[in-house]
Amino acid sequence: MSAPAPLVDQPWTEPGKGAGLLDVVRRRYLLKLLVRKELRVRYRGSVLGLAWSYVKPGVQYVVYFLALGIFLNLRGSIEDYPVYLFSGLVVVNFFTEAFGNATRAVVWNAPLVKKIFLPRELFPVASVWVAGVHFVPQVVVLLIGAVISGWRPQVLPLVGAVLATLIIAALATGLGLLFGSLNVVFRDMENFVDLANMVVVWLSPVLYRWDQVASAVPAWVATVYQLNPITVAVELYHYAFWWPGTVNTPATALPPDLLVNSLVAVVVAAVVLVAGQLVFRRVEGRFAIDL
Amino acid sequence: MTSMSTTSSAPRAAGPNARIVVDDVRMQFVLRHNRSLKELAMAMVRGKDLGNTFMALDGVSLQVDSGETVALLGHNGSGKSTLLKLISGVMHPTSGSVRLRGRIAGLIEVGAGFHPDLTGRENVYLNGAILGMDEPSIRARFDEIVAFSEIERFIDTEVKHYSSGMFLRLAFSVAVHTDPEIFLIDEILSVGDEPFQRKCLDRIRELKDEGRTLVVVSHDLNMVSELCSRGIVLQRGNQVFDGTAADAVAHLRSL
Repeated sequence: MSAPAPLVDQPWTEPGKGAGLLDVVRRRYLLKLLVRKELRVRYRGSVLGLAWSYVKPGVQYVVYFLALGIFLNLRGSIEDYPVYLFSGLVVVNFFTEAFGNATRAVVWNAPLVKKIFLPRELFPVASVWVAGVHFVPQVVVLLIGAVISGWRPQVLPLVGAVLATLIIAALATGLGLLFGSLNVVFRDMENFVDLANMVVVWLSPVLYRWDQVASAVPAWVATVYQLNPITVAVELYHYAFWWPGTVNTPATALPPDLLVNSLVAVVVAAVVLVAGQLVFRRVEGRFAIDL
Repeated sequence: MTSMSTTSSAPRAAGPNARIVVDDVRMQFVLRHNRSLKELAMAMVRGKDLGNTFMALDGVSLQVDSGETVALLGHNGSGKSTLLKLISGVMHPTSGSVRLRGRIAGLIEVGAGFHPDLTGRENVYLNGAILGMDEPSIRARFDEIVAFSEIERFIDTEVKHYSSGMFLRLAFSVAVHTDPEIFLIDEILSVGDEPFQRKCLDRIRELKDEGRTLVVVSHDLNMVSELCSRGIVLQRGNQVFDGTAADAVAHLRSL
């Protein structure tokens, strides 16, 4: 073992005061191991293993498709409804899983948080990453479905899809940091987040078309609805994976201000991320005491 | 190695060889009984206070020089472990400041980062990374860690199937093979059977001889007075003695 480094080379530091999310980047090896651990632990003793991340959205998809696509006949008014539905659903699933697990991440890792100092932002970020691991196979399924219904890749729509994914990841991380830190003090947060996650799928045009909302509510409500970053991400996914494959659907099937709304969503997601980080750092001092 | 914290200003009155400077630290715990929003709202409406407070540390100042081995002594509830947690960064003081120079490994509790569903090998990597090692240094030291723990045969078995002794051996082994300048050790020398305990103590002496700084909390007074050069006695959150380890043990026994 090497001898300890000489004192003069070493700066004074304050224990327990890290650089937040920057430390997560610095310690990405640990992040990788935490993600691997969470995946291993989640599927311990399960025969299907990671295949569960296909089964759950698969069942959910079939239920929505039967109830809304067939019984309520939305597939009559939306061309390629199976692709339309699934492209929105994968976005919402990514968000709800990332947000829900990130909210619980600090509490779940209480033994570590209480005993060893490490950048605590690692835990919510690892949860978002795990949700990303589950998200990728769903996108693969989406791609296959889209190709079957006549979709071909185009550059700009795919750029939109990448942007949408980043918006969702940033939004879920920011909200996860915010609610995850508050959840240490008030365990009500995780229940509140579950409730919010239940509503998310209905607050964006996943199961229906955006203009069905616009024609039913006052203009300002429709504007707020359009500025919801999740709505923007869902529409970007429609733009990327659904609309190019349709034949008889005009461009008005997508909301008119999608570009502007996308920029707003980027700003909103960035603000939420910064706010989540700030709150997390304020509350962090109480983690070891309150857990 | 990755640094754990961002750089901060030098503490006032730090000696040239100081590794740890604890400056007038107070730690107050709020003994709360209300946890949910509903209860908090009720408490606010009724004007009930949200629980009394408790001062775990009440103005403690100390400096540990590079290469010193310091025992923190005191009876239960004297604030030893709280002080150790403040130095490790797990908690932040209510007032006052803690400053460090160098990388720190807190052996606050052996095996805190171990997960029962992972194998011994996976846990070595995970725990090494948690304690601040990067991938190449864990890989380079992996065989040494396993050899020290003497559980080579079971390294690819899930840790939940380990006996408690095996578990502690492996956890301790990872911890003493990280490469920090400052070691914080809380009651971990009760690890394993006697031969392994002796081995651990030898290892800790080695770390000491290499010039690393040790802060030890233990109730094993004989071991502490043999291992440490300096002893600090805490009583109800106050520092009541600072001197040689042997004198500190004598002082504690007279309390």
